[in-house]
Amino acid sequence: MNKSVIVNNLSKKYGETKAIENINFEVNNSEIFGLIGPDGAGKSTIIRILTSLILADSGKCTLNGLDVVKDYKKIRKIIGYMPGRFSLYQDLTVEENLKFFATVFGTSIEENYDLIKDIYHQIESFKKRRAGKLSGGMKQKLALSCALIHKPEILVLDEPTTGVDAVSRKEFWDMLKKLKEKDITIIVSTPYMDEASLCDRVALIQKGNIMQINTPEKIINNFTKELLSIKSKNIYKLLKDLRKYPEYRSAFPFGQNIHFTSNETIADIENIKNFLINNGHQNIDIKAIKANIEDCFMELMT
Amino acid sequence: MNRFIGFLKKEFYHIFRDKRSLVILFGMPVAQVLLFGFVITNEIKNVKIAILDNSKDYITKELTDKLISTDYFILDKNLKSANEIEGIFKAGHVKEVIIFESNFAKNLEKESKANMQIITDATDPNTANLLVNYTSAIVMDYVNSINNNYKLPLQINTETRMFYNPELASVFMFVPGIMAMILMLISAIMTSITITREKETGTMEILLVSPLKPAQIIIGKVTPYVILSFVNAVIIILLGMFVFKMPVQGNIALLLFENVLFILLALSLGILISTMRNDQQSAMMISMFALLLPTILLSGFIFPIENMPWILQLFAQLMPPKWFIIIIKNIMLKGTSFAFVWKETLILAGFTVFFLALSIKKFKVRLE
Repeated sequence: MNKSVIVNNLSKKYGETKAIENINFEVNNSEIFGLIGPDGAGKSTIIRILTSLILADSGKCTLNGLDVVKDYKKIRKIIGYMPGRFSLYQDLTVEENLKFFATVFGTSIEENYDLIKDIYHQIESFKKRRAGKLSGGMKQKLALSCALIHKPEILVLDEPTTGVDAVSRKEFWDMLKKLKEKDITIIVSTPYMDEASLCDRVALIQKGNIMQINTPEKIINNFTKELLSIKSKNIYKLLKDLRKYPEYRSAFPFGQNIHFTSNETIADIENIKNFLINNGHQNIDIKAIKANIEDCFMELMT
Repeated sequence: MNRFIGFLKKEFYHIFRDKRSLVILFGMPVAQVLLFGFVITNEIKNVKIAILDNSKDYITKELTDKLISTDYFILDKNLKSANEIEGIFKAGHVKEVIIFESNFAKNLEKESKANMQIITDATDPNTANLLVNYTSAIVMDYVNSINNNYKLPLQINTETRMFYNPELASVFMFVPGIMAMILMLISAIMTSITITREKETGTMEILLVSPLKPAQIIIGKVTPYVILSFVNAVIIILLGMFVFKMPVQGNIALLLFENVLFILLALSLGILISTMRNDQQSAMMISMFALLLPTILLSGFIFPIENMPWILQLFAQLMPPKWFIIIIKNIMLKGTSFAFVWKETLILAGFTVFFLALSIKKFKVRLE
């Protein structure tokens, strides 16, 4: 398969703080590649180096064979970029924004309407509305339309779903899937672990390092520990007590539950339950569950 | 070209949709011009004068010596005929011409009465007024000192004429100053803000990651303000002409050309500031302190440069508005042609090229 993006040993420091260190990854042609990690992991730094907006301290990076430092002018013609925060002109209408970006890239809305049709269609009835007055989900659709208007070969999205409601998020990912079918390579960063499973492959990033790169399925399959979801009345005390359990390995809050692994090969659920009862817990509920990406992420961090 | 027009369109949308700024943009010049109607007192020191001595006798010699032995005046030139007066004023550095009538000493001895004329360049009315008073006082002093030797009280009549601004309207002096100030303010502050706003809202990030070249971005940002500032300049000139009856003696086309040059200069300064700052607020503060205050204080707009300490005088030479004000006063009040202001024009052009080159060099094609 053709490699669309090749990232080789990228490092970047801001003053004394290391933002990213020795980042390596490759993205295949027309694949959705996710950069998954919490805030401050270095996702935006990687994306800005890819989009030629900042320079790496060391390392090399090419997009469709073009070097991000040397050929930055050519790169800026073939990528579509959607920055982390909403970066369109709030005082311009939906249509004016789109038109502006079309002319900037030397094209017109009509010329590439096909590509953005599905997305733009959803906001077209608001085309006379100022962009600043749109809802989060609509803003994001407009931003995506603007990033796509020049038919980029590679689409780079920095946290596109942050601050967007659940329905819009789902719609957004459906759109990305469709774009992928149109032969566009997509690099997307997100702090939401649940979105990882929607990517073809993901890189889990923490503190400027890539911990693992794989397909979401394989990352989950690599999770060999038995995972328990534990619930009780007092969740805060539960977390504290579980960390005192003799065979304790890891415990993280996960919604209303605690995800727990023990050092035993097969966790003794009865034993844990008794331990908790002795510690005065009520309404205890323990279930063995299948790990998700977030569990894998936490696992990699321990 | 399409790209550029698209960019311009967008800029005009920004400007016309921001109603509040628009009111400031066009309301401010009107308010300022109308507000500045005050006289501010000045002091006189080392003013260059020229003397046309039609008599060349011992009294005129003594009077001349007395005048230039003070700190107030320096003799720049002895004129040979009255025809030279106009020329020497237009050249700019001589502020006062003194004319002694022929047979000055003889008249004084025979008729106890002689006439002299004091002509001043009243484009700067406060200075002109003061010059006349100082000169008259020195002459009176001299008359008193020689009166002791004569039985009859002697009399020297001083006749004064304020050239270019006969009514000493101080607004004539302020209009060019306000013009410099407003154009500087609007052009520099507005451009620096409009560019830093793109940085602040993150749209600069998208503009950078587009095929737009830095020069295209800059020119696109600046062109609307060239037009708006030009409209403002015309409004100020019209206000000066019709509200304050300020004459425009010189060539209107030349006047407008100099205005455009100064607007470009101010815009290039605005761009330079915006390349160094990342947020609107600090860009505005810098524009205010680095541009507005020197424009008011060091350009000769309110305070005569001649009376400043030498170090500030040196600074004043570096203030573009200073040269602009000289040009405007010359064209509007004296009606001088380009031949008399080409040097100042060249200085302004030089500043513009320098600032533009510096900002294009400093404009970052990346985020840091």
